[in-house]
Amino acid sequence: MVDVLLSLLILIGAGFTFLGSLGLARLPDFYTRLHGPTKATTLGVGSLLIASALYFSAHGPGLSLHEVLVTLFLFITAPVSAQMLAKVALHLNLHSVAPPTGDPPPVAHAGKAREQGPPDHPPMPVYPQSPE
Amino acid sequence: MRRLLPHPWLTLALALIWLLLANSTAPGQIVLGLALGWAIALFSRRFWPEPVRLHRPLALLRFISVALYDILTANLAVARLIIGRPERLRPAFVWVPLALTSDLAISLLASTICLTPGTVSARLTLDRQYLLVHALDVADADQLAAIIKARYETPLREIFEPC
Repeated sequence: MVDVLLSLLILIGAGFTFLGSLGLARLPDFYTRLHGPTKATTLGVGSLLIASALYFSAHGPGLSLHEVLVTLFLFITAPVSAQMLAKVALHLNLHSVAPPTGDPPPVAHAGKAREQGPPDHPPMPVYPQSPE
Repeated sequence: MRRLLPHPWLTLALALIWLLLANSTAPGQIVLGLALGWAIALFSRRFWPEPVRLHRPLALLRFISVALYDILTANLAVARLIIGRPERLRPAFVWVPLALTSDLAISLLASTICLTPGTVSARLTLDRQYLLVHALDVADADQLAAIIKARYETPLREIFEPC
């Protein structure tokens, strides 16, 4: 019974991890490719970890919860790396399939998208001086 | 009290992580975990300019369960988009106006956006008024911004910022 559940979880995990990697090959530009690894992989690795926790809880000496910790670290690091990659891609003006947005609308018109003449790419970010 | 225990939540979280790492709830490990959490929080206090204040801890639990559910559905949605025809995708950059002010709340919002429905947060403006979000398949940009604001930003505001 447990074995069936374990195999199912491992298959689901492998399937989603594969889809995440497939996204890298199929999607058109750098920004869309970011979506594959950050999402499909989360669920893939998630089910593999649940399978691992189940296996070691069923066959080991007691409850095994190391995997919760792996999930926690994964959820902390995956978005940060995705965000850094996206930021660097904007900085390098990589080609994007998505239409560019230009600068953010002025604060006074918060919430309204700017209509007229955006530059060809999202603007280069300007990094702040470190405080003090 | 403030000087001896500068970050109670950090201490508690570190103790929990220690218990998970040791994979045991023996009394000795609990004491060791709390001691480590206390010492690390004390020695690293210059890294944490402002203490974390949870105004509504229960709302945080609710936010986490909503986020987990969204991660699940986001995975399915992105998997379907990858299998489907990539030429039909409508990727877009969307500026999301922020009402949050604390650094921790903004970084949590950005991380949640990265983990959920076809979106990756790409950039924060220097004045912290806008977050640039890249979405995989957008029908209506304004609607996407509204969903992000209602589903994630409002609960985070309730939790981390005094109303």
